[in-house]
Formats: sequence, structure tokens, C-alpha cells
Amino acid sequence: MSWTWFHKLASPPHAYRILGTIAPWFGWASLGLMLLATWWGLVKAPADYQQGDGFRILYVHAPSAWMSMFTYVVMAVAAGVGLIWRIKLAHAAAAACAPIGASFTFLALATGSIWGKPMWGTWWVWDARLTSELLLLFLYLGYMALRASFDDPQRADRASAVLALVGVINVPIIHFSVKWWTTLHQAASVTKFDKPSIQLAMLIPLFIMIAGFQLYFGWAVSRRLRGEILRRERNATWLKDAA
Amino acid sequence: MTAVRTPTLAAAKLVFQRDLTLAWRRWDEVAQPLIFYVVVTTMFPLATTPDLSALRVIGGGVVWVAALLASLLALEALFRADVEDGTTEQWVLSGQPLGYLLLAKVAAHWVLTGLPLVIMSPIVGTGLGLPTSVWGVLMLSLLLGTGTLSILGGIGAALTVGVRRGSVLLSLLVLPLAMPLLIFGSRAVAMQMDGDSPVGALQLLAAIFFMALSLGPIAMSAAIRISVEN
Amino acid sequence: MTFDGAVFEAREINAWRGDRHILRDVSFSVRPGEFLKVTGPNGVGKTTLLRVICGLLPAETGELWWRGKSVRGRRDEFNFELGHLGHLNSLKGDLTARENLKFLAGLRTTLTAETIDATLDRVGILSRGDLPARSLSAGQKRRLALARLLLADAALWILDEPVTNLDTAGIQLVEDLIVEHVQQGGLAIAAAHQRLLDDAPCLRRLELEP
Repeated sequence: MSWTWFHKLASPPHAYRILGTIAPWFGWASLGLMLLATWWGLVKAPADYQQGDGFRILYVHAPSAWMSMFTYVVMAVAAGVGLIWRIKLAHAAAAACAPIGASFTFLALATGSIWGKPMWGTWWVWDARLTSELLLLFLYLGYMALRASFDDPQRADRASAVLALVGVINVPIIHFSVKWWTTLHQAASVTKFDKPSIQLAMLIPLFIMIAGFQLYFGWAVSRRLRGEILRRERNATWLKDAA
Repeated sequence: MTAVRTPTLAAAKLVFQRDLTLAWRRWDEVAQPLIFYVVVTTMFPLATTPDLSALRVIGGGVVWVAALLASLLALEALFRADVEDGTTEQWVLSGQPLGYLLLAKVAAHWVLTGLPLVIMSPIVGTGLGLPTSVWGVLMLSLLLGTGTLSILGGIGAALTVGVRRGSVLLSLLVLPLAMPLLIFGSRAVAMQMDGDSPVGALQLLAAIFFMALSLGPIAMSAAIRISVEN
Repeated sequence: MTFDGAVFEAREINAWRGDRHILRDVSFSVRPGEFLKVTGPNGVGKTTLLRVICGLLPAETGELWWRGKSVRGRRDEFNFELGHLGHLNSLKGDLTARENLKFLAGLRTTLTAETIDATLDRVGILSRGDLPARSLSAGQKRRLALARLLLADAALWILDEPVTNLDTAGIQLVEDLIVEHVQQGGLAIAAAHQRLLDDAPCLRRLELEP
């Protein structure tokens, strides 16, 4: 079986070039879609009859939460590939994903908090999704802290890869346990962040925003990964030749 | 020279025995997490109220949190000495499946730290107003929980061996992964106290424990190899 | 333990430490009855090479062959036939000399009290058998580590600076043990600065260059 295309992709000079070419496409498409979704969500979509206009922050909150989990899975898969097949570029990709995922998680928490204040008067509530996002943030921070604690980059790559894999197995367990935990108390209300009764008109801007966020992810990862490649390959001849 | 190769189970038993022997000669180190456990549970009434009926409401949770923290305290040094003096390297080179040896070590560690916490829990629980009716559930949930935590902590300790200020990092890595244990364990105690059946929560704890038992050694092996390869 | 066909080969080993390309296309073979002494200036990669052979460091490219088959995918099998003496002695200070052997060498081969005593006697520390290892001198600790190696019943010995901390008698002991081992058909690879069996007929050299 010819794996040459794969090996070519995994070689830093090629990856650096390819990423440099596709990043602007991701970037502009992402910007376009996000603007479209914002306009649609703020202006065109109808207000929810229960929650008024406040719910509109859902259009940022839900995609952020989705992306925070998506990024963790991508990070774990990349780390796993790097660990099992010893491909340095995969480790670099995992490292590039982490701050992006953490930012999405933080954005989800912030928008959740902003949603909560006018609706229910508190800046924080122990809702299933917010609590899960908080724990996910801890997982991201732990991953980044572990990476940062090693001087040896190989050990940093491989140790954090093991952590990411252990984490990704835990994420469903954490989700389930948090959900279980919130359903136990009769006093606490059901998920406060239930999507309002879904109409198609509300779903469209949501999906456009998710698409926009996915493309943003593509752009951000491409840019960060190029930076990682530069940093890791700083002594390599191909870089000196290209400069 | 016709030497007989040691069977894996016998090798694992040797590791288990060795750690117990070593701990016996340094029993003061073994007592520390237990003392910490009692001190921390004492902090809660002092910080809130001496009223047992009020403490009872969060008592199960407090015992659980203290047990997790005390276990973590003991875990940081789990592999440190063995990696520093080269013993771990010899384990990697022994030709025995590394996962079994590491699991034996974690088991010894649990007997020395987790088990005492479990046995002490009715006593500290009483200080927090927990009735005797919950003792069984409390101990069973902690048995499963501390066992799982020893394995998770073993993975974390293997990853962070030799890192400066490793104990803080270890807690940061392990505690988020231990949240499900905390939720199911303390909930089981509360359910028992309220007259509901804790069986569901205990079953979930057991499921997590067995998953950790089967997958944990793989992750620990990988982590130890990474720590030793340099 | 059969030494027939126990040939070790390294083919085109390349290894990096961080950014430095330490081992470049290192190739050699060792046959039963041979002692390979790896020499070279400090930092040239002697320890790196030995660790690559043991599987404690990955080689970017290149292969290791043992008994005519590649070691890749058969690490544990190969490791069982390999005895390693590194810079560290792998001793627990709180355990006695006998206990140290029982709990470490015992992981590989089933040991009896007689075997342990005989080995302690061979390395000259039988009288120290029940003392905690931390009370042994540096030379005695090294001898205890040698005892562990002997009990491993390995075909291929990997020795990293074996005579560290040893006096003249200790160095003679190491030389005698290596000669006995290879005369029975075993193999040995050692990294050493000093004279070590430099005039022996079983000696072959591998000089690493920076």
C-alpha cells in the first residue's frame, strides 16, 4: 500500500506550505459565515416567546460548547496518532489545538454566565452543561500545564498525549455523571439552558454559526500549527534554506 | 545455568510484597495521609457550625472530598523513588508485562493509604453527624472510589515523575478525572441517608472501578516508559 | 539458556537527543563468545547506544536483530535475554542486600536462598547479606548490582561503565565475570573509559566518533 501521500503530509516542510495556502480560505469563509449568522441571529430570527431577546446569546453559546468538545476530541486523536505512530506533526497539531479548545470552553462559560444574569439574576448556576464545560476547562488547563512542565519536548509531547487519551475516555463519563447529578434534586430546576422551542427559523442561524466556528477552528489550527512547526523545526535545514 | 523464569503473577506478588516491606520500615510516612484526613474533616465543623443536623446534610460529601485529597497527597511520591534509583528501568527491562508490575505497586499503595481511609470513615463520618445506617454504603463507596483513585493517581504520578512541584500538578490532572467518583460516591451516601436505594450509584462506581482496573495499567505502562526514556 | 545462534546485530542506528543527532548509522554485530567494548570521548553517545539497545531510548531509524529476527514487536522476549547494568545500581536502601536481590532479580528468575548466597559470595559481599543496602559502601553497592546481573541469567550483557566505584580487586572481579560469561558462550557489550580486558582475546572494539 502506498503511504507516500501520508508521509508527505506528515513532513513539516510540506505541511507548512499546505497550511499556509489553505489558512486564508478558512479565515475568510469563517468570517463571512460568522457575520451572516450574527446578522441572522440578531435581526432576522424571531424572538423566543418565553425568553425574549436574551436567548439570542445561544447562537454563540451553543456553538462554543460544541466546538470545545469537538476540539478536545481532535486533540486527543492527534495526540493518539502521534503517540502510536510516532509522528511529530501529530503531536504539534495536538499542542496547537489545546489553547483553541480552552478558549472555546471559556467562551461557552462566559456566554452561559451572561445569559444567566438577566434571565435568572445570578452570574453562575450549576447547570449540567455549564458544569461539564467547567470540568472540560480543567482538563484543558491540566493538559497545557503538563506540557509546560517539561523541558524535554519529546517527553512533553508523549506525556500530554497519554493524558489527552485518558481524558477523552473520561469526558463521556464526566458528562453522564454531571447530568445524573443535576437531575437528582427536585429543588433545582431542569436545565436552564434548554433551547427554546425549536423552530426552523432559529435552527438556521445556529447551524451557520457552527459552520462558521468550524472554519474558524480550521483557520486557527492552521495558523498555530504553522507556528508550532516553525518552533520545532527552527534548526532544520529546510527552514534555513527557505528563509 | 538452567534458571526458571518467574511467572508474571509471582513477579507481581514480589512487587506487592516489596512495597509493603518498604512501607513497614517507614510507617510514619504511611500514617501521614490518615492524619491529614482527620484534620481536614475537622476543619469543616470548625468552619461552619457544630450543629450535627446541619453537618449531616453535606457530611457524606465532606468525607469523600477529604478522602480524595488525602489519597492524592500520598500519590505524588508513588514512583519517585523507584525512578530515581533506577528500579523502574529494571522493571521495564525485566521482560515481564510492565502493566502487571505497576498494578501490583498501586495495589500495595492502596492497601497502605486507601484502605485505612475506608476503615476510618465511620469515625470521621460520625463527627459530621452521619448516622450508623450509612456506614456500610459509606465504606463500600469509598472502597471502590479510593481504589479507582489509586489507579488514576498512578497514571498521573507516572506522567509527572520528576517534575518540579509535581504534587500540585498531579492534583490538577487527577481531580477533574475524579469528579464522577465524587458525584456517585457522595450521592450514594446521601441516598442511603434519605431512605432511597443507593444501588444505582454504587453500581456506577463499580463500573468505573473495573474500567480503571482494565485500562489503567496500559496508560500507566505508557506513562512510565515515557518517564524512563531519556 | 542456549547460546546457539545468539547473535546480536545493530543495523544503521540513528538516534537524536533533543536536537542533536548523536548516533549516525551505527552498525555492528556481536557473536557468542565476544565482548564488545564501546569507546569514545565523553558525550559521544556510548550511553545513548546502550539505552537504544535496551529499548530505553527510541532509534529514529535502524533496526536491532537478535537470534536472526528483528527485535521490533518482540521487546519483552528480547529483554528477558538481556541483562543491564547501568549507571544507577537500582538498589533500595531500606532493604537488605538479600532482599534487594530477591525483589528485583527475582522478577526475572525464580531464586532460592542457596542461589542468592552463592551469588553474593561470588561478588564478595556474602558477609553483608543481611545489612540494609544503604549501609554498604559505594563499591559494595556496585558489587551487589553485579550480583543482580549474574542472577538475571541473561545471554547478552549490557554494561554501562561497570567498574565505577570499584577498587582494583573489584575491577578484576568484573573482568573475571565477563570472561567467564563469554567463555560459556554469552555476549557482552560494555561502554567504558578505562582499561577493561584490553588485552583479552575475546575483545572487539567499537570506537564512536562525534
